[in-house]
Amino acid sequence: MNDQPKPILEMLGITKRFPGVLANDHVDLELYPGEVLALLGENGAGKSTLMNILVGLYRPDEGEIRMRGQRVEIHSPRDAAALGIGMVHQNFMLVKTMTVAENIILGLSDLPFVPDLREVSRRIRELSQRYRLQVDPDAYIWQLSVGEQQRVEILKLVYRGAEVLILDEPTAVLTPQEAQELQGVLRIMTAEGKSAIFITHKMEEVMTFSDWVRVLQQGRLTAVRKTGETSPQELARLMVGREVLFRLDRKDCVLGEKVLELHSVSALDDRGLPALREVAFDIHGGEILGIAGVAGNGQSQLAEVVTGLRRTAQGRILIRGKDLTHASPLELIRAGVSHIPADRIGMGAVGNMAVADNLAMKGYRGSPLSERGVLRPRNILEFAKRMIEAFRISTPTPNTRIKFLSGGNIQKAILAREIDACDGLMVAVYPARGLDVGATEAVRKMLLSQREQGLAVLLISEDLEELLTIADRITVLFAGQIMGIVPSAETTVEMLGLMMAGVPLADLPALGTHDPTPGSSPA
Amino acid sequence: MKQRLIEFWNSPVIDALLPVLATLAALLVGALMLLALGANPLVAYGALLDGAFGSLNSIADTLVRATPLLFVGVGICIAFRGGVTNIGGEGQLVVGALCATMVGLTFPDGPALVVVPLALLAGFLGGAVWGGIPGLLKAHFNVNEILSTVMMNQIAVQGMNFLLIGPLIDPVQLERASRIPQTARISAAFDLPRLAPTRLHLGTFLAIVMAVLVYILLWRTTLGYRIRAVGLNREAARYAGINVPRHIALSLALSGAMAGLAGAVQIFGVNFRMFTDGSATGFTGSAGFHGIVAALFGQLHPLGTIPASFFFGGLLVGANRLQRAVQVPAALIVTLNGLVVVFVVGTELWRQQRARRRVVERPSEHDEPSLTAIPPTAASLEGKA
Ligand SMILES: Nc1ncnc2c1ncn2[C@@H]1O[C@H](COP(=O)(O)OP(=O)(O)OP(=O)(O)O)[C@@H](O)[C@H]1O
Ligand SMILES: [Mg+2]
Repeated sequence: MNDQPKPILEMLGITKRFPGVLANDHVDLELYPGEVLALLGENGAGKSTLMNILVGLYRPDEGEIRMRGQRVEIHSPRDAAALGIGMVHQNFMLVKTMTVAENIILGLSDLPFVPDLREVSRRIRELSQRYRLQVDPDAYIWQLSVGEQQRVEILKLVYRGAEVLILDEPTAVLTPQEAQELQGVLRIMTAEGKSAIFITHKMEEVMTFSDWVRVLQQGRLTAVRKTGETSPQELARLMVGREVLFRLDRKDCVLGEKVLELHSVSALDDRGLPALREVAFDIHGGEILGIAGVAGNGQSQLAEVVTGLRRTAQGRILIRGKDLTHASPLELIRAGVSHIPADRIGMGAVGNMAVADNLAMKGYRGSPLSERGVLRPRNILEFAKRMIEAFRISTPTPNTRIKFLSGGNIQKAILAREIDACDGLMVAVYPARGLDVGATEAVRKMLLSQREQGLAVLLISEDLEELLTIADRITVLFAGQIMGIVPSAETTVEMLGLMMAGVPLADLPALGTHDPTPGSSPA
Repeated sequence: MKQRLIEFWNSPVIDALLPVLATLAALLVGALMLLALGANPLVAYGALLDGAFGSLNSIADTLVRATPLLFVGVGICIAFRGGVTNIGGEGQLVVGALCATMVGLTFPDGPALVVVPLALLAGFLGGAVWGGIPGLLKAHFNVNEILSTVMMNQIAVQGMNFLLIGPLIDPVQLERASRIPQTARISAAFDLPRLAPTRLHLGTFLAIVMAVLVYILLWRTTLGYRIRAVGLNREAARYAGINVPRHIALSLALSGAMAGLAGAVQIFGVNFRMFTDGSATGFTGSAGFHGIVAALFGQLHPLGTIPASFFFGGLLVGANRLQRAVQVPAALIVTLNGLVVVFVVGTELWRQQRARRRVVERPSEHDEPSLTAIPPTAASLEGKA
């Protein structure tokens, strides 16, 4: 009788205030069965807040939520689960020392005292087949890659019978390959009539994943579009409020002295298995060396070895000609090495310290932030205000604990601190991860300006376009080995793709004879 | 109106009052027990109040009783901020007292202005070593500091008993063959100055000064900044170039040093000699444990620990008067103290939960180190079960 489908979920006039910010300002949202809704907005626009309200982590100050037309009160994630709403947070909430199966049933309310784990495993296998979410139910979480952990999170939701899946920046941590797979998973689910809300900063994903787009700007809903009737350019404009240039100006740079040299460096991963095998390259001042590769091929270990966080098992590391192979993190910081880590909340910031204290984390050792071991609070505040302004970090006050900032703004604070402290080498690991289009543009500009100032940049990224636009040379890591080093002007996405799949540069058709100057050839 | 009330109930003001409310609740339960024993709770608690704060003398006694709690409690704050838990206050206090006593006995004719500071320093260092050993074990071998500090308590007590029966025993006791396990009295010239006619001594003032100094250390110096960073997120601290093992060991050592100072001050301000009844409590009066409660009372902040210690000291002093006034068994007093501890610790957990709810935690973040955090080993054991 009624050919108009009814929304499964509605949010009406949701308002949420935090001290000093209006995170959501009368936001409306509708979700239909079998559809994917993309939620777009700049860093700090209020996307995560809105979703946290939906799963009962926050209580809205105003507004109501309706599920299948019925008004509902959601006080906790458990209430949300009972209604069939589940969320995969950007920071996974898995117990590392437990198995997949144990994690999936953890926190289930109707669990028998002694759960039948064999039955649980069987059901997990069944579900993972149905949704193509391959994982071994008996594997321990710490053994899994980030992509696999995300599959566990999604399985956890479907195991509990979620009808509405919320994914907060799920692809930020995935390789392009894994992002493709996730898209497939969502297809199967929507075909079954489940629906999803999907937060991302990547325009291509919005265009391919979603049916509808809603754009938030500073807490307000500013646009609702059918995906088929909009374009990435329009969406970017709606988000930022101005035209965004997807183009960067890259000046020619004079190469300076050698800043970083790696001589056949090998290292082990946390499990004691080889993660880097005889890696050799060098970077000059005024140069950006990009590291490409599928995640888990030694990139994070490479960054850790260069910054002193991981022991070098073999080989030598030189900075400006000085042997710093077994130097401590502090010695490397003193040598002018900065590091934007991949894990920003776990490593890059102390969540429970103020934004200002986090910004001071590198500079606190000396004047003007401290004087003979005594902190100078006024100077720290002064410094923080300067950074907040220069890097457009959106925070209520410099004294707000950094964990209350939006994901993108935490990343901006880390960037600010590291760029300010950098004096020689910048090790940037996925620096634009989780940043909105405007901020991504800003980060790339900053890296380029570092290069123009004669600093050396080691840029680890999964985004090949990013590497091709801003790196001078690109190295591909595969299984801890260097597949080749190529000037980015002379390479293509296809070439990089082949190397990422494990084909050494020397074996590439027609291009194999290329000499990768000015870096030393891989040993 | 109702909204207002809810808001007030959720505000941090209530948080600050929670320990007081917890104490009142404990006293309420205590009142029931008193009734059951046929004592009038009003009379009993009247005596308690009078004993704690009723006169100049009783206030002085309260302050004297609070002094070791304050030292220990301030030490607990340091450990907590560094992300470790120190249950070894008793042992550290005993070791500090022994070291200070030995200095006092070794230089009986030295000038007080030299010997007393030296003895306090010895107490400080003795406690630092006793706390530092579990600290090093934690830092380098990941030995659970809760277990190791408790074990160090045992070692300290046995060491004390051995020394007081043998090498350090008062020569007079040997002559008389009564062999009471205690040292000789330190020279009266070394006694800490007192506010006559009360028993209030300079140590109380010293404890307050230490609390302020520790506050400055933790929040105004680079060392304190590092300790707090390590306590809040070890991974981030290491990344920022901080030597994490060193600061873990250091915060336990400093924590122990405060307890050691408590012991030294007890000797020079209250007891003037070391003695033992075979257990640690005989000498410490459980200050090593009560200090933990005082710190919790003070929300693990050195400045908050000052009033908290006085409050708890008053409770301990007043309880003695209560017992005499209504003639209840001594066990009831122990029970009453225990009740307060249980209620305060219990509400502390509740307070942490409230604080989390108020700021609505972002998922999977490193929250304040919690006294109740389950160590990963426990979580993994659960997983295997
Ligand atoms: N618990 C909190 N306490 C105080 N302020 C908060 C809290 N949570 C979020 N905020 C603030 O609310 C605003 C919206 O944050 P939110 O995390 O929803 O942004 P977002 O759209 O998810 O951004 P991003 O893309 O960077 O993740 C931010 O200004 C943030 O600082
Ligand atoms: Mg977010």
